[in-house]
Parts: sequence; C-alpha cells; structure tokens
Amino acid sequence: MPSLTRLFVKTSLIYLAAAFVVGVFLALRPLLPLPAFVGGLTPVYFHLFMVGWVMQLIVGVAYWMFPKWSRLLPRGHDGLALATYGLLNTGLLLRAIAEPALSVSAWRGWGWLIALAALLQWLGGLAFIANTWPRVKEK
Amino acid sequence: MPRLSAWYVRAALLYLGLGFTLGGLLLANKGLPQQPLLWRLLPAHIEFLLFGWTLQLAFGVAFWILPRWRTQRGNVRPAWAALVLVNIGIWLVVLTGWLEWSAWSLALGRLLESAAVVAFGVHAWPRIKPWVETPL
Repeated sequence: MPSLTRLFVKTSLIYLAAAFVVGVFLALRPLLPLPAFVGGLTPVYFHLFMVGWVMQLIVGVAYWMFPKWSRLLPRGHDGLALATYGLLNTGLLLRAIAEPALSVSAWRGWGWLIALAALLQWLGGLAFIANTWPRVKEK
Repeated sequence: MPRLSAWYVRAALLYLGLGFTLGGLLLANKGLPQQPLLWRLLPAHIEFLLFGWTLQLAFGVAFWILPRWRTQRGNVRPAWAALVLVNIGIWLVVLTGWLEWSAWSLALGRLLESAAVVAFGVHAWPRIKPWVETPL
C-alpha cells in the first residue's frame, strides 16, 4: 500500500485507541474526582472516532484503492492528499485541546483556537473531496 | 467502478462537503458565539455525515467490490432504489427539523431510509458468497 495510505491508516488506529481512552475517562467521571475539563470531552470523544478513525481510514483506503486518475497522476495530487492529512489532524488535535479547555477557562484565545480548528478541518475535508472527485469514474 | 457506485460515491462526497461545512460552522460558533440559531444545524450535520456520507460510501463501494457472477452483479434494481430512497429520506428528515414539519414527515423520512437499507440488503445478500463457487 502507498506510504500516504500507511500514514492515514496508522494515524487512524492511534485515534481509535485515543477515543477509547477518552471514553474510559468519561465513564469514570461519576465515580472518581477527575479534573473539570473531562466534562468537556464528550464532543471530542465522538470526533476522535468519526474524524480521527473512520474518516481517516476511509481517506487512506480511498487514496489507495479508488480508480486511477491518469497515468501521470494515478492517485491525484499528492500535495492535496498531504494537505488533507495535515489539515485534518492539526484541526482535530487543536479541537481536542481547545474545546475541553474552553469549558474550564475564561481565556478568549481558546475560542479563537476552536474557530481555527473548525477552519482547518473544513479545508481538510475540501482537499480530500477535490482530490477524490476526479477519481470517481465509471468503467 | 460501475455507474451506480459512481453515483453513490459522488453523492457521498457532496454530503461530506455539506456535513463538514455545517460542522465547521457549528464548531466555529462554539468557539466564537455569533448566532444561537446555528445550533439547529446539529441534527442535519449528523444526518449528512452518518447517512449521506458514511452509509452511501459503504453502499457504493460494496456494490463495486462484492463478489459477482462472472461479470454480473445480480438484481441491481433494489440497489438503484436504495439510492433514491435514502436521499429522499435524508432530506425529509433534515427539512422536517429546519422547517418544523410534523412528526409524520420525520417518521416517513426514517421509513424511507429503512426501506433503502432493506432494498440494498436484498441486492447485496446473495453476493455475500465465496469468490470461487465450488461444484456440488
């Protein structure tokens, strides 16, 4: 499998494990005196699963298995695929830090970081669509 | 990939764009609150990404790669019907939330989505078989 696919799939597995760990902390909340920011982790938990694991697994496998675009660019623009990886992961990690932090801190910067996380992930999604759309073709 | 798979995957990519756009607006609005009404987009964000994107991508790829009979994919009509049903269902569910239609239209939307899953199952079930059919 291509190296970019390996990168996406291995990263997705790390997010899967991370999501389960966060799930354990959420389940322990009523039982143990955990820090308050754990209460803000519920949306992070869902998105570690759906963006970190499911989406990235799909992106990695689609990059590998979808019909070739052309002889010159069989898997589309690698720059776009790399941008997808960078944007999705930077955005998701930023969200995973800033969203729970916002629930316990009054610093306005967390809000701006969350907005930046939203923008980065949105751009990552668009980069994936742009690189994949031309590869969806009938045979 | 076959024509139906291309339709499913293209539709899935469009829903991915829609779902990510709504999600981006919701998240940005959480960080920098501008408009409380944006929270009404949350069910559509989930619907677009769960059924519009993930489910349709799975259907499209399954139609493409499940085992065939030589070159044939069996009865393809239920798989085409599923494409239509799931898309009408998604929009009925989403518009019910946005336009405050009655609970009946939400139920109808869910019913159409369920019918799509059944229709796709009717198509795919016989194709879940060994790659090489052994003689009796």
